[in-house]
Amino acid sequence: MSDCLVDVNDLTIGYYTQRKKLVHVLMGVNLQIKPGETLGLVGESGCGKSTLGQAMMGYLRSGSQVLGGSVFFGEHNVFSLNSKQLESIRGRQIALIPQNAGDSLTPTLRVGKQILEAIELNANLSGSEAKDRMIELLGQVRLPHPEVMGERYPHELSGGQQQRAVIAMALAAEPEMLILDEPTTGLDVTTQAHILNLLRDIVSEMGTAMMYISHDLGVIARVSDRVALMYAGEIIEDTDVVEMFRMPAHPYARGLLESIPRLSLSGIPNSMPGQPPIPGTEPGCSFAPRCKFTSDICISEQPELEAIQGTEHHVRCHNWEQVLATDFSQELEQVFRTISRAAHDESAIELSEVAITYYRPGITDRFRSESEPPATVSDITLSVKRGETLALVGESGSGKTTIVRTLAGLLPAKDGTIKFEDFDLSVEVDKRPREICKDIQLIFQNPDASLNPRQNVAEILDQPLKLYFPKMNRDERRDRQIELLERVRLDGRYRLRYPGQMSGGEKQRVAIARAFAADPEVVLCDEVTSALDVSVQAAVLDLLADLQQERHTTYIFIAHDLAVVKAIADRVAVLYQGRLCELGTVDEIYSPPFHPYTETLLGAILVPDPDHEPQLLASDTPELAPPATGCSFQRRCPYTLGEICEQEIPPWQKTASRGDHSIRCHISIEELKRMYKDKELIRLDHNEHLENEPQIVHANSNVSISSPEADDR
Amino acid sequence: MTTATQSAEITTTVKRRSPLAETWDNLRRSWAGMLGLTLIVVHILIAATSPYWVPQDPYQMSADNRNELPSAEHIFGTDKLGRDVFSRSMLGGRVTLVVTLIAIAIAILWGGLLGILLGLLNGRADELIMRLVDAMLSIPWLLLLLIIISVMGTEMWVQTLTFGFTYGILTIRVARAATLDFVTSEFVLSARARGERKRTIVMKELLPNVRDVLLVDGSMNWSWMLLGFTSLSFLGFGVAPPTPDWGFMIAKNREIMAIQPWSVFGPVIMLSTLIIGINLFSDAFAKALGLDRSQGAPV
Amino acid sequence: MSTLIGRRLILAVVTLFIVSLIVFMGVEALPGDTATAYLGQSATPESLASLREEFGLNAPVHQRYLDWLGGVVKGDLGESMSKRKPVADLIGNRFRNTLVLATAAALIGIPLAIVLGVIAGLTRDKWPDVFVSTTSIMGMTLPGFVTATILIYFFAIRLEWFPAITLVPSDVPVLELLPNIVLPIITLTLIMVAHILRLVRTNMIDVLTSDYIQMAKLKGVPYWSMVFKHALPNAMLPTINVVALTLAWLLGGVAIIETVFNYPGIGQLMITGITDRDFALVQGIAIILAVIYIALNLIADVLSMILNPKLRTARGH
Repeated sequence: MSDCLVDVNDLTIGYYTQRKKLVHVLMGVNLQIKPGETLGLVGESGCGKSTLGQAMMGYLRSGSQVLGGSVFFGEHNVFSLNSKQLESIRGRQIALIPQNAGDSLTPTLRVGKQILEAIELNANLSGSEAKDRMIELLGQVRLPHPEVMGERYPHELSGGQQQRAVIAMALAAEPEMLILDEPTTGLDVTTQAHILNLLRDIVSEMGTAMMYISHDLGVIARVSDRVALMYAGEIIEDTDVVEMFRMPAHPYARGLLESIPRLSLSGIPNSMPGQPPIPGTEPGCSFAPRCKFTSDICISEQPELEAIQGTEHHVRCHNWEQVLATDFSQELEQVFRTISRAAHDESAIELSEVAITYYRPGITDRFRSESEPPATVSDITLSVKRGETLALVGESGSGKTTIVRTLAGLLPAKDGTIKFEDFDLSVEVDKRPREICKDIQLIFQNPDASLNPRQNVAEILDQPLKLYFPKMNRDERRDRQIELLERVRLDGRYRLRYPGQMSGGEKQRVAIARAFAADPEVVLCDEVTSALDVSVQAAVLDLLADLQQERHTTYIFIAHDLAVVKAIADRVAVLYQGRLCELGTVDEIYSPPFHPYTETLLGAILVPDPDHEPQLLASDTPELAPPATGCSFQRRCPYTLGEICEQEIPPWQKTASRGDHSIRCHISIEELKRMYKDKELIRLDHNEHLENEPQIVHANSNVSISSPEADDR
Repeated sequence: MTTATQSAEITTTVKRRSPLAETWDNLRRSWAGMLGLTLIVVHILIAATSPYWVPQDPYQMSADNRNELPSAEHIFGTDKLGRDVFSRSMLGGRVTLVVTLIAIAIAILWGGLLGILLGLLNGRADELIMRLVDAMLSIPWLLLLLIIISVMGTEMWVQTLTFGFTYGILTIRVARAATLDFVTSEFVLSARARGERKRTIVMKELLPNVRDVLLVDGSMNWSWMLLGFTSLSFLGFGVAPPTPDWGFMIAKNREIMAIQPWSVFGPVIMLSTLIIGINLFSDAFAKALGLDRSQGAPV
Repeated sequence: MSTLIGRRLILAVVTLFIVSLIVFMGVEALPGDTATAYLGQSATPESLASLREEFGLNAPVHQRYLDWLGGVVKGDLGESMSKRKPVADLIGNRFRNTLVLATAAALIGIPLAIVLGVIAGLTRDKWPDVFVSTTSIMGMTLPGFVTATILIYFFAIRLEWFPAITLVPSDVPVLELLPNIVLPIITLTLIMVAHILRLVRTNMIDVLTSDYIQMAKLKGVPYWSMVFKHALPNAMLPTINVVALTLAWLLGGVAIIETVFNYPGIGQLMITGITDRDFALVQGIAIILAVIYIALNLIADVLSMILNPKLRTARGH
């Protein structure tokens, strides 16, 4: 075992509930990491991956205890070290990069000071040497103006910048091992791609071992050499990254990979039934209740993590031979279900020149000569056909949520008209007649927040029924509730449950049932799957598609995940800083010619394929507000033409004589097409991505280093 | 297999309980909370029944038995006028409990509803009333109570209304802050987007959530109110003698504390056990509801 | 930031104005008037009328309010009718005495509360925490007169360490005042410590469960450095405002402790003022206490703005 950096041996961790019941979190985990190796630890929420990561640093959440096994870091058994000895390992030999960098930096200490602390504690440097090292580190993580950044407080940095600062802190002592706990979750795709590139470079430069914890298989495929898959507190498959994605041997691994929407395959992926058990509650295989290969032995006997025919491919399954009998790539292509779409030609909603602003002049502002800031959303003209799914895509701050809130009547439009059945939707909800309200329903991202925790499902579903169908009596409403629950594939008995008693997927189904209780024409879906695990996401997408087919409902679908959009949408509108960039059908948007911003977004996508490499075009510098004049993307655009882009709003250009695909750019369509071809050629020539990303995009640093609040308005 | 399914069923049956039952479950497991609840219940029982069982007539003066130390006949001894301190201590909380219990209900009701409304409207009216509330709170609380009591008189129902009004001002702030937390939540946005009326939003969406905060605040407020009420009667602005009352008893019997300390200890023990009981209960109640009782002074 | 402070200042002035209105009207509504109370049994219609004339009690209410407010702004609190002296003179020394009491209690109490609160927070649910928290519940919620009475019984009557009541005139020098006020200071300190330590404890627990403390631990920061550099500053920020509120609140209730110990302070004077229906006196005291309350809050706001980097760097609206 001497060649291992970390050796986790039969580790079992659990805690006692208030009722003195033992709950397991990890069950007999075995895992080894070699020096310089990158291990991807993947699993859905609640599988124990974060607990395992923290245990490697000798850290347990309060209340948890080690029930068996050991964790060796080099020579040391971390759970037998005293706190002094632990302090000397943590940060110096093994460092953590946590999920939420913003919350992990002490708010009252300057960023530089916190990095200095790590240097002084762990790298035996002090005074000006330490300070130089701090600035060097900030530069190494590619933060612009390291001297200035070091003087800032954590809240003055954007999310991506905070994450870089935390990485710098972890690198202070050049540790032998980094543990990364979902470090890019919650960041925009372009920022995520930049950070992952940075990490890859650092690791290859310094030879650091990494354990990368994530639920996102695209990220795992991008960074890992080896992948370990967790399910219900156990490691169920552990193998080389290519094997894991090309030849998964555990039925759960296959199910998981099959549930991810893919850019290369059209349609809605397969979903897995059921949900994971509490670790240690199944007498046999923990996946047996959900598995299609289940045999008698699976129910009675727990499988061991065994090597497949002497290879390094380990799997915890009784029937792996049966699983491997089918070729995975063929199986994958078969599970995608294409939906037949039946969009009508008439429009359901027509927006013309819509502008929306959050700016409300105060009393004192009226006397100031300052001009009004540019509107958050402006110049939106598009029509949504009946029965189709229109997706609004863009990073945070692109105005997609703002538009949907206006459609829902939570925010008035400042200018323009929104036509829905001869009614103008630019007014707030209290000025709309009841029937209009009924026809437009909204589903939120996070069902935890959108369901009242004090109402049970029956009460939740009763609200729209009472409001829109006042003639219904109690029994009719009750029958309707059961019918709605069945339509979202939930048992009628769920009526008596409270939100706290359901899983995330079940809650989102209830939220969908509530929207459909109104019998709406249009349903606005605001990131409805992004808070869910992938296996659940597929099921929800599938449900939405079915409901649409039954009732020809129109969907306006917001998502930041372009693969999800590809799976469910008919047409796509790409937004940047509240302005439209590109508009077209799914096929048109996902193939050239691209708007430079669309190209940036698509290039940054990570797909669950270890051979795929993202293309980084523009920098990930966040912007506070749209520019006052010209193209909204001017500051980040890699192809900017200079003055014309800064001064004039670009024209809409159609890409073909037929169809509606249009791009809003000063660069001509022919030029955009040609540029893309040229790049393909260069890519074949030398396989290097943009090493030096452009840093500050415009001179005014006040704007480029935005406050994080501005990101998620 | 059987054990697995059984345990699964058990968890689901436990899970199916309504939030209220769950709160009670949590509360029952806290020894401090149960002790507090017991103390409160015992106090209410004593207040309700003491006139029927106290050993001595609490109003009976006796020139021969003045300042007597505790004895079998007089468990806490007698006071300056020869009255039985034990009997008076048992009866001394009657007015206090009735006034504060009704007043706290009034405070929660008017302060809570106004607070929720202000949080929901969040406009000019909100701004104006909150200024007024701030101003009221910056007047020393004792002075405010003294002035109102001096203006309105010390009749029981007047005092009840006074306390209900004054302490309701504190509730406005709490209810408003709690409402503001929920007004921007997605379930309220969702109700607004449906086109629900304001009344429905308050009653169905906000109230059930703010309710917990209000109940916890009410139970805390109760102990502040007791503090205020007994302080007033300590200063002689409370229950008119000879009706026994803890605050006034402590004030008067202090004079003989050197020779007959139990004349003071009697009411002190009664008052303290009630207040400690309320606080132990409030703490456990807040925890059982998943709220943290972090506020310090009632400001 | 300066705009933010400016806004607070304007708000404070507005609040103070409303307070003055409420106080004036409230006191005006008191039954009876000073003249009757002052002359008592010997009052004749003539003497009443002349007294009222002398003190301007016959003018309409709004006129008297404006006169009074004008005086207050200039520092003139009017004339006490019962004592026949300017209110400012009456308040002078007694205000100083109350200030001595409160300052002494604050100087001992605030540091003690922080230390105990931090200890309780660090030892959450273990015996030091349980002990400190339980005691603080009693200290916080038992009325001041109960705490004071218990202290007097044990320390003055039984042990005879300190005098039970203060028997000095209101204008003795501070140094002579001090030995007399050990018990009142202890009483006030106990209540204050209880209030503040509970809050420090809660904030400390919040901070200790935060991601950045976990991060500090995993970064290898030694325990006490973690407590003092990472946890304490963040736990103290929300405490500042509550310390101010607690101080102000205690000042409002200080009258009870002063009465128990017969201490010549402003609170005792306030109660005399109410019993005597001495309008000008009560109004004067009320406005002074309100100014202190608002000033303390203002100071706390500014202080937390200076100490909190999030507020300090805010560009202000």
